[in-house]
Amino acid sequence: MRVGEIVTAGVLALLSIYLMYKSTLNGVGYTAGSGPQGGFWPFWLAFGMLISTGFIALNWVRGTSPQSQSDEPVLDDFGIKTVAIIVGGLIGFVALVEVVSMYGAVAIFMFYYVRILGRHSWTVTLPLVLVFPVGLFFFFEGLMKISMPTGMSFTDPIFNMLYNIIY
Amino acid sequence: MEILTLLGDGMLVALQPLNLLLILIGVTVGLFIGAMPGLGSVNGVAILLPITFLVPPGSAIIFLAAIYYGAMYGGAISSITMGIPGASTAVATTFDGRPLAMMGKARLALVAAAVGSFVGGTVSNILFTGFAPLLATVALSFGPPEIFALMLLAFATFVGLGGDDIPKTIFSICFGLVLATVGFDQISGAPRLLLFEMNGFLSGISFLVLAIGVYGIGEMLWTIESTRGEITKTNADISAKGVIEDVGVSVKKGWKGISVGSFLGFFVGVLPAAGATPASLMSYAITKMLSKDPSQFGKGHVGGVAAPEAGNNSASTGSMLPMLTLGIPGSPTTAILLGGMVIWGLTPGPRLFVEQSDFVWGLIGSFYVSNFFALVVNLAFIPLFIWMLRMPFTVLAPLIFVLSIVGGYAAMQDMFDIWLILAFGFGAFFLRKFDYPLAPAVLAIVLGPIAEPTLRQSLLMSSGDPAIFFTRPISAPIIVVAIILILLPVFKMLRSKRSSTA
Repeated sequence: MRVGEIVTAGVLALLSIYLMYKSTLNGVGYTAGSGPQGGFWPFWLAFGMLISTGFIALNWVRGTSPQSQSDEPVLDDFGIKTVAIIVGGLIGFVALVEVVSMYGAVAIFMFYYVRILGRHSWTVTLPLVLVFPVGLFFFFEGLMKISMPTGMSFTDPIFNMLYNIIY
Repeated sequence: MEILTLLGDGMLVALQPLNLLLILIGVTVGLFIGAMPGLGSVNGVAILLPITFLVPPGSAIIFLAAIYYGAMYGGAISSITMGIPGASTAVATTFDGRPLAMMGKARLALVAAAVGSFVGGTVSNILFTGFAPLLATVALSFGPPEIFALMLLAFATFVGLGGDDIPKTIFSICFGLVLATVGFDQISGAPRLLLFEMNGFLSGISFLVLAIGVYGIGEMLWTIESTRGEITKTNADISAKGVIEDVGVSVKKGWKGISVGSFLGFFVGVLPAAGATPASLMSYAITKMLSKDPSQFGKGHVGGVAAPEAGNNSASTGSMLPMLTLGIPGSPTTAILLGGMVIWGLTPGPRLFVEQSDFVWGLIGSFYVSNFFALVVNLAFIPLFIWMLRMPFTVLAPLIFVLSIVGGYAAMQDMFDIWLILAFGFGAFFLRKFDYPLAPAVLAIVLGPIAEPTLRQSLLMSSGDPAIFFTRPISAPIIVVAIILILLPVFKMLRSKRSSTA
């Protein structure tokens, strides 16, 4: 944790400097007649971020924050495995949206999480994999009139059938 | 006396069978729309606006107002049960609502939210009925310097009252404010902060993207990782008797927050540029400040749920006031309501109360009736919402992830936002590990689009002289209080140093 705290503060300080630089592209001064320029507000805020990271580093040197005194790892083996499984699943879910549609990706993600990770029975899994995405479809497309991505063309027959029910 | 007669007539209009049916449907639909992450009252009102052309204008606006009320009640549900603020108005409800749910007290949190919302709605209705024209004039005296001072006060309450690490809190606030500036400069129209030259940032970063990333993804990851996957389900009781008992507990433990939220929320809501979100956040912060035990806030304090809910409901009614009396909408939802009124041939403004008296008082009467039915419908559905929490965590967690992604897409309909949600979620998880408070960042991204233009307009008014904030009678006291609150941690630190050396 101790190393992680100062590394995080360093990364955030770099981010602050980057944001200050990007702000200067819009001008950070005051123009008579039109007021502060577009970069004025974000520049000083990013400067505030930078100063804050300086104080965070100071607290780290003085050992006043709990993290600066901790020898525990940021993530142990269990943490790394858990985060990798879930984050990997979420990235896969979002990547699949434009291939198998939002609803298809929901069904696959639910199967992955409930059946494979949660090890639930088919009685629990099937309604969540089949009924839940269809329910979402009728809620968003039918009631809320919000269109979700339908994926590649091979999903068209299914969506045509569902849209016929709505319209 | 005349007002009471007019209000009585208005209530009779609201209680006509057609209007009553529309109110019941409206609050129920609104409750579920508000409970859905990514959807809020503005979606419900906008989507159902065309349906209202099937009924007379008076009934139509009553229906839309009922949806508005239902959605304001519903916003708390996803905050408490899933930890995702469905709308910006329900961000503050998450701070204590989610911890209460994790402690197995979801029912108490939901009841406290409903009671707070009801009292907030009722108090604001009474204030609306009695003082509408007078308050509309006061609201007009709030210019850019006053609104900016108010925003600064909202941020100051987080710095001065937060028990969190001060440099990390300030970092979080500044970061949220910078994120709010991404996209186009509101004044010059030029592209600004196109991070890593990605065009997806041109449309800016919505509050929902950050909120869903932080709460829907980051917080969930943190919960799963920190509990070592041992969390199975929360032990929440469903009994109706318990719901009634919790009403008493909510009033007993949350009365201070409810009182603060009800009155403060209304006055903040009346201000044209402010609205329900700053109202709920300020109600939370001031209730925490007045509490005998502020350290319990953020850990599951009933007042921490009741105060913001009273505040946002009260402000929602308050924001109707400038819309009806001046024709100035105080929130996106009231802007749509205003549009509807214009389509129906009604002209909002001072003359509306004289020329369309039946319509106005029918609407005001419907506020009271809608508020009552929203409470009843909300309490009736609490067992259903709690049932959700009794699901195994390996079922609830993917449902929350899915609703975060689907809700995040529904709000802006842009895949770039979904990737941003994931990025913010992973970032928030690591920042949470190092105790960076993330609520101030969410607060800042909501209030940033109000704070920046008002600061720039104020400086333009004074030719760049910041003294403008200290010389105007309304902004000066607000800004002085904000500065005191910002310096409060320094005073506390000096006092504790002095007492330790003595």
